Amino acid sequence: MDQFLGNIGLLFEFPIVNFKIILDGVMVGALFALAAYGLALVWGVMNVKNLAQGDFVIAGGYVSWWLVEHGFPALLGVPVAFVVMWGIGWVIYKLVISRVIERDLFTSLLATFGLAIMMAQIMNLMFGSDTQSVDLGYPTLHFFDGFIDLPIAKLIGVGMATILAAGVIIFMKSSRMGQAIRATAQDARAARVLGIDTEKVYAFTFSLNSAICGAAGAIIVMVWVIQPFYGIAYSIRAFVIVTAAGLGNLPGVIAAGLGIGALEQYGSHIFGIGYQQAVAVMLLLLVLLYRLIQQRRNRQVLK
Amino acid sequence: MKKLSLLSILMATFSLLFTQSAMAACGEIVLGSAISLTGKYATNGIHAKNGYEHAIEKIKDAGGIMVDGKCYNFKVIYYDDESKGDRGATLAERLISQDKVQYMLGPYSSGMTKAIAPVTEKYKIPMVEAEGASRSLFNKGYKYLFAVLSTSEQYLASAVTLAAEMAEKEGKKASSVKVAIAVENDPFSLDIRAGVSEDAAKYGMSVIIDEKLPRDLSDMSSILTKVKLLKPDLLIVSGHSKGAATAVRQMKEQNIKVPMIALTHCEAADVTGKFGDAANDILCSTQWAETLAYKDDLFGTASEYEMNFKKAYPEYKDKKVPYQTAQASAAVYVFKDAFERAGSMDKEKVRDAISATDMKTFYGGIKFSDAGNNIAKPMVLRQIQNGKYNVVAPSEFASHKLNWPRK
Repeated sequence: MDQFLGNIGLLFEFPIVNFKIILDGVMVGALFALAAYGLALVWGVMNVKNLAQGDFVIAGGYVSWWLVEHGFPALLGVPVAFVVMWGIGWVIYKLVISRVIERDLFTSLLATFGLAIMMAQIMNLMFGSDTQSVDLGYPTLHFFDGFIDLPIAKLIGVGMATILAAGVIIFMKSSRMGQAIRATAQDARAARVLGIDTEKVYAFTFSLNSAICGAAGAIIVMVWVIQPFYGIAYSIRAFVIVTAAGLGNLPGVIAAGLGIGALEQYGSHIFGIGYQQAVAVMLLLLVLLYRLIQQRRNRQVLK
Repeated sequence: MKKLSLLSILMATFSLLFTQSAMAACGEIVLGSAISLTGKYATNGIHAKNGYEHAIEKIKDAGGIMVDGKCYNFKVIYYDDESKGDRGATLAERLISQDKVQYMLGPYSSGMTKAIAPVTEKYKIPMVEAEGASRSLFNKGYKYLFAVLSTSEQYLASAVTLAAEMAEKEGKKASSVKVAIAVENDPFSLDIRAGVSEDAAKYGMSVIIDEKLPRDLSDMSSILTKVKLLKPDLLIVSGHSKGAATAVRQMKEQNIKVPMIALTHCEAADVTGKFGDAANDILCSTQWAETLAYKDDLFGTASEYEMNFKKAYPEYKDKKVPYQTAQASAAVYVFKDAFERAGSMDKEKVRDAISATDMKTFYGGIKFSDAGNNIAKPMVLRQIQNGKYNVVAPSEFASHKLNWPRK
């Protein structure tokens, strides 16, 4: 208890630390938001809750790491991971997802859960269980007597995440395929009647999700570290964020992503880093509880 | 010319005869080992097996083991435990009851040793192991288990001593040293934490940060921020390779200046290769290093051991000889020494002889406590100096001076 109070005391003693915590949190949150957006997309369009979301992220990280190991520049990793993971996503859709899409919730949950285990094991066999990371070799900027540090690699990563998110949003709003995806999400049957090839839309959506995750992973490996079994951490956060923000609420997903990033950093500062993920899960519980109460009050029907 | 060739043929026959007669005269002592040749521990399991085999060859070349005036050589029956504990225990049973093995060499890893030890204990089979460091192996009252390596709570405890020495050199009290500990929440790292906090308490040091890292750690900036605010004199991080990689990367980013930083798993995380100068002046623990000033009659000095081993196993030519190999060789050496002192093939006498072991080897001193762990060998601390791992502690065997405080 003393330690908690001491840690809270530090926040007041050195107010600048708050700024640092929020900054760190927002930067990691941007990547959570990216993975969460992909999850919301698949969830909304296909009603498949992809438990392998985090493993797509890690797989993208390994694509980028592999490139760097073979002498390619690190920044190339992000677009290449996007393309490679698009392909892997498409294959997985054809092999697994297309078969469970019409089935009930549990079938698709089980299938993606199995997929998550498979992917983690395959990566473990291919790349070994050691942690990997890519060092861009850029310097770090320091502000406020060195209390605030801003590695340029992190800035580039967050910048790329922003560009990617903006690109996806514009694509969804203005392209023909984006319209088709949104139409399918609203009412798949009506979309089919009106001549949209929903099968194609599903395949595209799942591949797009996988590609977004892959790019996020390629950014993560430049700024943090990856390991074959780290996927679950990103899956959990993506679920928390989507549950908190709701489907189809893009600004909500981004806000929730950044918020969770910051709250986790506060949690790990106060309670110790071991409880960082516990904070995310606690938030999920709170959000669910709140949603439940809200629904009871509005007497809505669960869809 | 003719004369010369005749002479050489004669010599060759002679030496052949001689070695053959020597070999014929030597009996065999059969040891058993269930070791990981496949599965997740395979790499290190094979390192250990090579270490066993190298020592056996060395002993053979040096004239075998003299027991009661007769000469013997070791022979090991290996089984692959597939890195699975239950398999290890089954194989130990099989070695003892079917192959009638009376003496065992250890498997790789604490977990596997934990699985096998109850079996060898049940049959009262002496086992000298070289690869199980967890201290939970040595509080069960085992009588037939002996380990040549230092137990895991000692891994970073020597850093505490070093920090105390440095503080005293500066004219400060050892108790003024502030310690920050960040270890993973798993048995191995918690052993390390226990060792460090015990030693810190001995010196009266205050532990100002004491946090447990999660299993899927990828960001420890919140701990490092506290480090920056509270300014400890010694920072201990142990979280396998992810802990080392994350710590080194983020300490560089956050520009953390702590006079002394000690890690485990520096090499597994390849911190020098990945982060270059950012890893400089960090202390890394190891069981053994080839630059140590240890030596014995059989293997020579630590560096001679490395040279000879590389000669015998060319696949290690471009690598460092891992300490897993060196300690495996030391375990075989302990058996040789014990058999010779026991002067008998009686299992109990050999056990008592092992228990009374007190020898200096290329791997360090070996002397067992009642619990069976080696108390004569300190853990070695190496400092990364310009990308190289140089031994800086314990000071009497060090090859380089400690860079302190770390910049």
